[in-house]
Amino acid sequence: MLQHLFGFKGGVKPQTNKAPSVQQAIGQAPLPERLYVPLHQSIGGSPNPLVEAGEQVLKGQLIGGADGWMSAAVHAPTSGIVLAIEQHVAAHPSGLPTLTVVIAPDGRDEWIARTPLDYRSLAPERVREALRDAGVVGLGGAVFPSHAKLTAASSVAVEQLVINGAECEPFMTCDDLLMRERAEEIVRGSAIFRELLAARRVLIGIEDNKPEAVAAMQAAVQRLGEDHEVVAVPTRYPAGGAKQLIRVLTGKEVPASKRSTELGVQCFNVATAYTAYRALAYGEPVISRIVTLTGNVLQPRNWEVRLGTPLRNLVALGQPKADTSSYLMGGPMMGFEIPDLAAPVIKATNCVIAGSPTLFPPRPPEMPCIRCGACAEVCPHELQPFELYWFARARNFGKTQEYHLFDCIECGCCSYVCPSHIPLVQYFRFAKSEIWSREREKQAAEAAKARFELRNARAEREQAEKAERLARAATTRSSERKPASVAASPPVAVSEPGVASAVASEPAIAPTPVDADALKKATIVAAMERARAQRAAVQPRNTEQLTPQQQREIAAIEARRANLQAESPPDAVNQPRRAAE
Amino acid sequence: MAFSTPPYVLGPGSVRRVMLQVLIGLLPGIAAYIWLLGASIVLQLLIATVAALAGEALMLWLRGKPQGLFLSDGSAVVTAWLIALAFPPLAPWWLIVGGTLFAIVVAKHLYGGLGQNPFNPAMIAFAVCIVSFPALMSQWPALGLKLTLVEQLKFIAGLIPRIDVMSGATPLDALKTALKLGEGTVDVPTLLATQEVFGNFAGRGWEWVSVGYLVGGLWLWQKKIISWQAPLGFLGSLFLLAAVLWIWSPQQFANPFFHLFSGGSMLGAFFIVTDPVSGSTTSRGKLIFGFAAGVLAYLIRVFGGYPDGIAFAVLLMNLCVPLIDMYTQPPIFGMKNER
Repeated sequence: MLQHLFGFKGGVKPQTNKAPSVQQAIGQAPLPERLYVPLHQSIGGSPNPLVEAGEQVLKGQLIGGADGWMSAAVHAPTSGIVLAIEQHVAAHPSGLPTLTVVIAPDGRDEWIARTPLDYRSLAPERVREALRDAGVVGLGGAVFPSHAKLTAASSVAVEQLVINGAECEPFMTCDDLLMRERAEEIVRGSAIFRELLAARRVLIGIEDNKPEAVAAMQAAVQRLGEDHEVVAVPTRYPAGGAKQLIRVLTGKEVPASKRSTELGVQCFNVATAYTAYRALAYGEPVISRIVTLTGNVLQPRNWEVRLGTPLRNLVALGQPKADTSSYLMGGPMMGFEIPDLAAPVIKATNCVIAGSPTLFPPRPPEMPCIRCGACAEVCPHELQPFELYWFARARNFGKTQEYHLFDCIECGCCSYVCPSHIPLVQYFRFAKSEIWSREREKQAAEAAKARFELRNARAEREQAEKAERLARAATTRSSERKPASVAASPPVAVSEPGVASAVASEPAIAPTPVDADALKKATIVAAMERARAQRAAVQPRNTEQLTPQQQREIAAIEARRANLQAESPPDAVNQPRRAAE
Repeated sequence: MAFSTPPYVLGPGSVRRVMLQVLIGLLPGIAAYIWLLGASIVLQLLIATVAALAGEALMLWLRGKPQGLFLSDGSAVVTAWLIALAFPPLAPWWLIVGGTLFAIVVAKHLYGGLGQNPFNPAMIAFAVCIVSFPALMSQWPALGLKLTLVEQLKFIAGLIPRIDVMSGATPLDALKTALKLGEGTVDVPTLLATQEVFGNFAGRGWEWVSVGYLVGGLWLWQKKIISWQAPLGFLGSLFLLAAVLWIWSPQQFANPFFHLFSGGSMLGAFFIVTDPVSGSTTSRGKLIFGFAAGVLAYLIRVFGGYPDGIAFAVLLMNLCVPLIDMYTQPPIFGMKNER
């Protein structure tokens, strides 16, 4: 099986530190006393709680229903009693709480009725729904709902399906062990993905520092008679980045502005393929995952951990050494420091690393950028990080976008090599969040403006309608009054008998239209006048009653308007482009 | 943990390490220098280093910056060494000190310190001094001149009147002067063959100093401290231009190898046009930067008023860096086919 490999530019080779955690097979983490299952564990909408406090749940029971298409369900990791549905600290850098289902396990670990799906006979749409309802998301760490990635672009057929077993982050070995121990299920899961996408080829990319995994996967592919191609790719961080792996295996480069299916390629993590297969073939939803526990611990190992297990319980399994000062979730390149060990294991938890001052020494003081270009040299997206850094520092966000800020995948290669020890990625995150928040503000201000203008337009329309109504009413009234005026004309006629006789003989045809017209006109004018007066009376009240927020928005709108008029032609370059680009 | 932003592991690189490697890269050239001219260059290097560190310390103090961190980053020492190596080896101490202080105080710190200077500080020092003290800056000792170390030190200390002993000029200067005085009656090949100042392929002795810089430069390239674009662009254009004119009129113009190994060509190619702070940053930009600097250097050196043109060529190109960088931004991942 000769596979031509493409390179990707840049990348770094940090110490891999993978050996300690592959010495033992995957262990089953014991059931903790309490499970804290966050409802929101994937990108997309937050699932709604489907259980109540005090309710008995079974292992695998749906406890959070997918909220909309871009969302994934959440299930009870074991049988037990729901103690509460409350805010609990989340495994997130911010440490902010999130809505969490607290379960007290009953120890019986009793499954719900599991119904294997015959996915071959089902409509693809049904299979995708089944995956969503089983909570299958990208287990590489991005937790993107998998079913949403299983639709080919309408115009481009899927040429290659890439199964990502590269696992390039140092310390991390959960995918390695999964591939060694459960290769067949990964291959079967890949086959399901392939069918759903009607992909022509399946390429399984594994970094060449995992020969056992490569061998296990190759053997499984052969045993199952599939024609998936298992490819060992050069070990270089971030070879496991989806876009980098796609590049290496297919030569295709997916820019930030495109989805990979538009280029006829899609990528899934090996663990995702594994859980997808379990979900369909056994009816087992995603209630646990393999987590690497390593770093400054006596017992580095991979554990199959139930989602919701407090990190404190997990790290205790590794017996952290005395000088452990922190814990990272994810790898050392892209992970984050866990703010609170009360936070639970979630679908995104691929690795927990105990850190010590020797393992992760404090970052040396930041020096000025000397434009050495080392960052550009290693950037896998071929950006100019130092330029982005200057612009981000200067808050010149328009320029950061011109220099493709949103193509940055935050892999950390630039920060890793920077001789001045500048935390470049932090600057890029800052710039991105500033642009997003400005974008949001702008949208909010525009929405407020639109609302305001709509309200004015409505008020005007209503006034005009009212005026018209009044005018119509007045006309009707005057025409009703006309017979009366004709009847009342005799006294007039008395004073001018000649005319009166003429009037009497030709009853009120000539003068009435004149009269009615004038009257109508006058009524309309009066109504308009009244409407104007009312509007004048209403409008000040309208701006007086604004909340401070609205006032700020209006002030911002006015300021921007003034700005726009001041700078003509408007500097299009400095206008933030759409953040989503 | 003292920091909590990814990545939590860092590569071995640091500014100090980069600067240290540049200093190491200079060593072969310095060794050749000592072998040919004696140890006085060591004193010049020392004087320049002390002056640079003193100026740096003063400016850091005035600017309220951490002294230890920046004094030990090595950048001032690199500037100092480049100045010492670019100046005539027997230049009086105050010239080196003055030049170095100007480089550090004005060209570096008044522009914002490390990483902020738009011009190469060492080249600023050279330009300022050659404009201000043209005689002192063009008095290079002839190699035939066998001076003892004590005599050399006396020259540097200003204890011996300079005029009567300073017989030499640089090979470039000698050639230019001879051609000018000869008014067409002398030709380059004869000059190169007869005059003592010229050696095998360039100036006698100086060619070996150039070879030293070349070796150090290749080592820096191999260590990935510098990239190949700027040096190749620089040496390439110098070579090409010299070759074209040499082929056109070998009587009037020296051969390209003479230009590559004379004056500051090699020092400039590997240690000056590769300066990351004041040079271009994109790959194509570096090539353009080096190429244009080589053209300018040749023009100034052959047709201009100064014996060597590297300093002015580099400073002129420093001015163009923002423009070059703007127009040479490489296409990013996934956008190569869209441009």
